[in-house]
Amino acid sequence: MANKFVISLSPHVHSGDSVKNNMYGVIIALIPALLVSLWAFGLGSAIVTLTSVLSCVFFEWCITKYILKKPSTIMDGSAVLTGLLLAFNLPSNLPIWIIVLGALFAIGVVKISFGGLGSNLFNPALAGRIFLLISFPVQMTSWPQIGQISSYIDATTEATPLALMKMAAKGDATALDKLPDSLSLFLGSNPGSLGEISALALLIGLIYMLWRKIITWHIPVSILATVAVFSGIMHWIDPTKFASPLVHLFTGGIMLGAIFMATDYVTSPMTHKGMLIYGVAIGVLTVLIRLFGAYPEGVSFAIFIMNAFTPIINTYCKPKRFGGAGKK
Amino acid sequence: MNLILIAVISLGVVALISAVVLYAASKKFAVYEDPRIAQVAEVLPQANCGGCGFPGCSGFAAACVKADSLEKLNCPVGGAPTMEQVAKILGKEATSAEPQVAVVRCNGSCENRPRITQYDGVKSCAIAHATYGGETACSYGCLGCGDCCTVCNFDAIRMNPETGLPEVDENKCTACGACVKACPRTIIELRPKGKRNRRMVVLCVNKDKGAVANKACKVSCIACGKCVKACPFEAIEINNNLAYIDPIKCKLCGKCEPECPKSAIQSFNFPPKKAKPTTEESTPAATTAPVAETSH
Amino acid sequence: MKTFSIGGVHPSENKLSAGSPISVLDLPKQAIFPLAQHIGAPATAIVKRGDVVRVGTKIADATGPVSAAIYSSVSGKVSKIENVVDASGYAKPAIIIDVEGDEWEESIDRSAELKKDISLSAEEIIRKIKEAGIVGMGGACFPAHVKLMPPPGLKAEYLVINGVECEPYLTADHRLMLEKADEIMVGVSLLMKAIGVKEAFIGIENNKPDAIAIMSEKSKSYTGISIVPLKVQYPQGGEKQLIDAVLGRQLPPPPAIPIHVGAVVQNVGTAFAVYEAVQKNKPLFERVVTITGKALKSPSNYLVRMGTPMSQLIDAAGGLPEDTGKIIGGGPMMGKALVSTEIPITKGSSGVLLMTKKEAVRGEIMPCIRCAKCVGVCPMGLEPYLLSNLSAKSNWERVEKELVMTCIECGSCQYTCPSNRPLVDYIRLGKNVVGGIIRARNAKK
Repeated sequence: MANKFVISLSPHVHSGDSVKNNMYGVIIALIPALLVSLWAFGLGSAIVTLTSVLSCVFFEWCITKYILKKPSTIMDGSAVLTGLLLAFNLPSNLPIWIIVLGALFAIGVVKISFGGLGSNLFNPALAGRIFLLISFPVQMTSWPQIGQISSYIDATTEATPLALMKMAAKGDATALDKLPDSLSLFLGSNPGSLGEISALALLIGLIYMLWRKIITWHIPVSILATVAVFSGIMHWIDPTKFASPLVHLFTGGIMLGAIFMATDYVTSPMTHKGMLIYGVAIGVLTVLIRLFGAYPEGVSFAIFIMNAFTPIINTYCKPKRFGGAGKK
Repeated sequence: MNLILIAVISLGVVALISAVVLYAASKKFAVYEDPRIAQVAEVLPQANCGGCGFPGCSGFAAACVKADSLEKLNCPVGGAPTMEQVAKILGKEATSAEPQVAVVRCNGSCENRPRITQYDGVKSCAIAHATYGGETACSYGCLGCGDCCTVCNFDAIRMNPETGLPEVDENKCTACGACVKACPRTIIELRPKGKRNRRMVVLCVNKDKGAVANKACKVSCIACGKCVKACPFEAIEINNNLAYIDPIKCKLCGKCEPECPKSAIQSFNFPPKKAKPTTEESTPAATTAPVAETSH
Repeated sequence: MKTFSIGGVHPSENKLSAGSPISVLDLPKQAIFPLAQHIGAPATAIVKRGDVVRVGTKIADATGPVSAAIYSSVSGKVSKIENVVDASGYAKPAIIIDVEGDEWEESIDRSAELKKDISLSAEEIIRKIKEAGIVGMGGACFPAHVKLMPPPGLKAEYLVINGVECEPYLTADHRLMLEKADEIMVGVSLLMKAIGVKEAFIGIENNKPDAIAIMSEKSKSYTGISIVPLKVQYPQGGEKQLIDAVLGRQLPPPPAIPIHVGAVVQNVGTAFAVYEAVQKNKPLFERVVTITGKALKSPSNYLVRMGTPMSQLIDAAGGLPEDTGKIIGGGPMMGKALVSTEIPITKGSSGVLLMTKKEAVRGEIMPCIRCAKCVGVCPMGLEPYLLSNLSAKSNWERVEKELVMTCIECGSCQYTCPSNRPLVDYIRLGKNVVGGIIRARNAKK
C-alpha cells in the first residue's frame, strides 16, 4: 500500500490558530507599554524586564527537563509572557535577586506545581507580584521618578499618585491637590510599576488584542466601567476625600490589570456572563481596597481573589443555550 | 493577663457552640447502617473495581449482608478465601466460583495484520471504533489504543509496543471484567483459568467470510472447520464464520491446535513441545498431558 | 443581513469548483449499492444474483416507515450481494451490478421539457416521493417523506429550503441552483402542496450572489416562494440554525423537531429530486457531486449515477494527486474520512474532497488553555471544552446534564481550538454513551 490514507473524525480543517499565536499576540500587544517604560525608566526597566523574562523561561525549562522529565514547553511563549507581565508589575529599581525569586515562585509554585500551562488556578505573574509585595513591601513600594534613564537601583524615588490618593482617603485634605492632571496620567509621566504608567500604551494593546480576537471585550470593559462608576459615586459623595474616576482609571495597575492580568485565559471564566460577573467583582474589590484597605493598590489582590472564584463562576454561569435547552 | 483571659473565654465559647451544633447535627442526621456492612467491607480487597457487579466494595458488602445466600455473589478479586471470610462474618454458606482470567482473543500483531490506513484521532478504542473499521482490513480485531489497559486497576494488562496488542499478566489479573467492558469489540473474554492454568483458545473474533478474513490477517479464523472435526469432545462450534472453544467442554487435549491452518488456535501454559516441526510427535505429547490431569 | 443568533465560524470558503458547470460522468463498469445509505432501517434487497435490471429498476425496498427504497442507476446483471466497505468504514451488505449498455425503464420521462403543472394531490405527491426513495440530499440522508408527514396535532406553517451550502469547498447545490432553478422552483411548489403551506423561503448565503440573482428572478413566477440572502456563517446549513436565521425561531432541544416551530426544512437538491420524481417519474438514482481539493487538477461538478466508485470521479477530474493524504466524503467540517477510493457514490454524497498529506494530519495537541473560544463559537450555546473533558473522564452523568445530546457535531469548536484539541471526538463518544444510557432508561420505563 503506497498510499495510506489518514482517517479521523470531522472536522478535517482547522482555523490555524495556535497557543503560540495567542501568546505571542499578547506579547506584541505589550510592546507599546514596554517602549514607554524604556523611555521612562531606561536602564532599570531593561534590567528588570530581561531578568524577569530570562529567569521565568529558565525555571520553566529547568523544571520540565530535570524534575518532570517531560518535553520542554518554553517554546509555547507562555513563560515569556509570564516573565514580561511579572516585570510590568515591578518597580524599575528592584534588585535582581528579588526578581529571580519572584520568577521562581510564579513559574515553579503557581504554574508548574498546579500542572503547567492551562491548569494553574492563579495567574502566575500576578501571584509572583503578590508574593513579592508581601515579602518585600519596602522594595516593592518605592517607585523611582521617571526620566532617570541611566540609573537602576540608585534611582531617586517619589510618592506615586496612588499613595497620595490613599493619604486623601485617610483624611489628608491637601493630598488630592498634589495629584498630577489626568492627561499626564493617561500618557504616562508619573511614577509606578514598569508597565503600568501609560494608560494610552496599554489601551493600544487592548485594541490590538480585540482586533486579533485574542480576547473579547467583556472582562476589560466590565472592570473599567465598574471602577469608573464606583469611584465616581464615591467622588460625588466626598470630592475632597476621594479622587475622581479619571484619576482612578489612569493610575496604578487598573489598565494593566484589566487588560492583561484579568484577561489571562487560564484563570478567567469561560462564558460571557461569567466574564462580566468576574469583571464587575474585580472592579468593586479594587476600589474597595484602594479607598478603604491597607494597601494603596488593590487591582492585583482583586484579580487574585476573583481567580479563586473562577471555578465556581464556571460551574454556575452557563452560556445562553440554543432554543432554551436545559431549562425546566 | 486580661488579654489571655479574653482569648480563652472567646475561644471557649466558640468551641462550646460548635460542639453543641455538631452534636445536634450528628443526632438529627444520623443514618443507621448495619454494622456488619463495615465488617464485611473490611475483609474485601477495597479495589472498588466493580467486578462483582456492584458499585464499589461497600456496595458489594451491603449486598452480601442483605442477600439470603451468597450463592450469586462473588468477589472476583479476592476469590474463594475472601468469600469464605465474608461468609464467616455473616454466618452464611460460602460458595466458590471457579477462578477466571481475561483472555485477549486477537493475535493480529503489526506483523500479522498489515496496516492499510492511518488513524489520526484520539487514542481511544471507543472513539476509533466509532470512527471506522480500524487501521487494518479486519474490522473485528484489536484497535490497539489500549482502553483495556487504562481501565485496569491492577496493572494486569499492558500494551506490547512490538505487537501493538494488549497482554494479560495472569498472576495479576483478578478477572474483575473491567477490560471486558472497556473493549468496544468484545475481544477480551473472561475464561476459566483451567486446570494447571492451561487453556486452549481461538485467538480471533473475525466474523467475515473465510476469504475476506484470510486476506485481512495472517492468523485469522477462516471457519474451515478442521478444528471442529479434530475435537473429540464436541467442544468447538462454528457460528458466524468463527470457531469458538467452549471452555467447559474442552478437555485440553490439544488436538485442535496443530490442525488449524492459520494458527488461530493457541494453547496457554502447556508444557513446551519437544520437537515442533512434525505434527506426529507433538500430538501424542499433547494428549498425554490431559490424561495425567484427569486421573487425579 | 440575516444569520443565526449564537456562535458560528467562518472557515476559508475554498469554493474551487464554483465556476465549473455540471457535466455528466461516464457510466461505471460496475455499480455498488449499499443497502444502508440513509438514516433508519437499511433497505431490503429484492433482486438476486443473475437478475437483469434496467436504469430505474427498484432493487431494494424500504424496510418499515423510516427507510428508503433504492433504485438501480445502471442497466445490467446483478453480480452479487455482498459486504462492501462503505463510507462508515465498515463492511455492510450491498448489491453489486455489472453494467451492460444503458437501458432505461420506459416509465421515466427523459425529455428536457419543464413540467410546471401540478396535478397530483398532497397524498399522491408524498406517496411518489416515498416511492422514489428520496432522502435529504444535504448529507444527513433522512428519508424525505417522513418530514412531510407531521405527527398528529402539529401543522407546518412554512417550508424552509436549504440553499446555504455552508460547508467549505462544496458547490453541488450552488451549481444546481444556477442550472436547474426552474426545476427547483417546481420541486419547492410540490413540497409546499404536500405539506399544505402557502409560504416557502429559500435561504442562500451571500457568497453566491449569482445563485441569489437567478433564484430571485425565477421565484417571481411562482407563488409564495421568496429568497432569503444570508450572511456567510458556518453552520448555517444546520436545520436548527437555518430555521433560526430565516424565521427567527429557535427550535427547543430534542426530541423537538422543526415542525414544533412550524417549519419543514428540505435541501435544494431534495427539491430537485422531488421535481424529477413527481413530474418526470424518475426515481432517485443520480445526483450532483462536487469533486474538489487543492492539489486536484480540475475541481468540478458532475452528475453522477449512484453506485459509481469515487475513483472514477477522481480520474475524471484529473486523477488522484500524488500526495493525497485524506479522502473526505462530504465537506471538510462534517464529512467522513474514507478508507479507499473504491467507495461508491450514494444518495448522501454531496462531494468528494481530496486533502494533501500536509492538510490531512491534525496539529499537535496542546493542553487546554481555557481561552473560551470554543464556548464563543458553539452555535448551540454549549461548553465544548467541558463536554470533552467530562467525556474523557467518563463522567457520563454530568455530560448528560451539560446537554451533550443537543450538540450537532458541527465541529466549530475543534476548528477554532488554538490547542488543536480533539473536542468533537470526545463529544461524539459522550453522545454515543449518553444516548445508550437514555435509550436503556426509556426501555425500562
